[in-house]
Amino acid sequence: MTTTLYTSDHEWLAIDGDVATVGITDYAQQQLGDVVFVELPKIGRALKKAEAAAVVESVKAASDVYAPVTGEVLETNAELASEPALVNSDAQGKAWFFKIRIADKSELGGLMDEAAYTAHTA
Amino acid sequence: MPVPDDQKSLRHTPLHALHVSLGGKMVPFAGYDMPVQYPAGVLKEHLHTRAAAGLFDVSHMGQIALRPKSGKVEDAARALERLVPQDIVAIAPNRQRYAQFTNADGGILDDLMVANFGDHLFLVVNAACKDADEAHLRANLSGDCVIDPLADRALIALQGPKAETVLATLCAAAPSMKFMDAGPHEVAGIKCFVSRSGYTGEDGFEISAPASDVERLAKMLLDNPDVLPIGLGARDSLRLEAGLCLYGHDIDTATTPVEAALEWSVQKSRRSGGARAGGFPGAEKILAHFDNGASRRRVGLRAEGRAPVREGAPLFADADAGEPIGQVTSGGFGPSLNAPVAMGYVPTDLSALGTKLFAEVRGQRLPLAVAAMPFVKNTYKR
Repeated sequence: MTTTLYTSDHEWLAIDGDVATVGITDYAQQQLGDVVFVELPKIGRALKKAEAAAVVESVKAASDVYAPVTGEVLETNAELASEPALVNSDAQGKAWFFKIRIADKSELGGLMDEAAYTAHTA
Repeated sequence: MPVPDDQKSLRHTPLHALHVSLGGKMVPFAGYDMPVQYPAGVLKEHLHTRAAAGLFDVSHMGQIALRPKSGKVEDAARALERLVPQDIVAIAPNRQRYAQFTNADGGILDDLMVANFGDHLFLVVNAACKDADEAHLRANLSGDCVIDPLADRALIALQGPKAETVLATLCAAAPSMKFMDAGPHEVAGIKCFVSRSGYTGEDGFEISAPASDVERLAKMLLDNPDVLPIGLGARDSLRLEAGLCLYGHDIDTATTPVEAALEWSVQKSRRSGGARAGGFPGAEKILAHFDNGASRRRVGLRAEGRAPVREGAPLFADADAGEPIGQVTSGGFGPSLNAPVAMGYVPTDLSALGTKLFAEVRGQRLPLAVAAMPFVKNTYKR
């Protein structure tokens, strides 16, 4: 059973036990426009909450993707390197960025559920 | 010129309401509220312009008539030659030429288009510089010319391989025009100035129309299924692939035309030994750059990887060398090349095609090579 939470910076986290799969929201990809490049963190990197973890670039500009929680990067989505446009077509599905082992589950308390995130972007 | 933060102080072009109705995402640019993209998005707008035709609103740019007090256009041309290193006298009637206003240090105050309309010259200058340009013209040419800013005119560009057939339905003269022809023509019965030129590397036209008629004209062009409205985002990626300079980024008051690799735009008559050599601001320095070379040069850059290298990225000669040797002045992703493209300034001895360099992006040194511009072959109808 996974739970999906959201950050105010427009990342989503699908939480399964102590592992979170992280991506950017559909709202975020709409704001960015056509994604042409994604830079992912190295596997094994220790990320601190709110640290720049990945970069997503449109034709116009580069934007940081922040670590929503503290933890170690377990896996990254190699498909995004060859097909960055997946971020536009399936932001909250196939276009996940990385998986992170959650170091401190209490950090999840500050995140939003879907209803709160929808209100945040309204 | 700084862009005002206050949205309410932003100026509107005569097509503002049309942009909003078309779903344009409006952003401040050079003091105007302009569409950066429409719902199609930058990538599709860019590719559509190269495949069919794109319509751009460039009404924020300055349009200035330079009217000779003597009535002879040659006198206006000679006067303007005091401010630019180009041969203006040689511009034939109904032709136009690319030029730069230079300063006493040989730097570039603005770049512009100059057309000969028979009894006067017609200038198109950058939006951010237009007030300064007008003041510069008044301060220096008022003895010979009436400086007449055409504030009641809008400017649109129709660019791409279908531009000719689209415009031909409204302007019978369009197909017979060649690259850099420019003159008064009726478009859909509206009295316009039409030039066969643009800022995309594609064949196309720029159309100056009365502000009161331009929305009607734009809608007629957009009614053609080959035409999509194109925002400033794709305008920038198109000009970058075409290797064209953006004022304030690739050229400015600190770059001479020679450093900027714009030698082609300075005719022999204005260079050392020419019939009217010198006589423009900064001539000593610019002619010295022609005669002896400049120490740095604007070059095209292609990255080996897929990461865009953007404006401001420092350039290095080696993967681990300490001091930057130059800087990227424009860069991004080229949709037609499906790859990153950039331009920047490097020492002349590192400017040869194929020279390997590195750009620092987010702390990493990314390999690049000096590459020929335009990055995408231009399709001007010569």
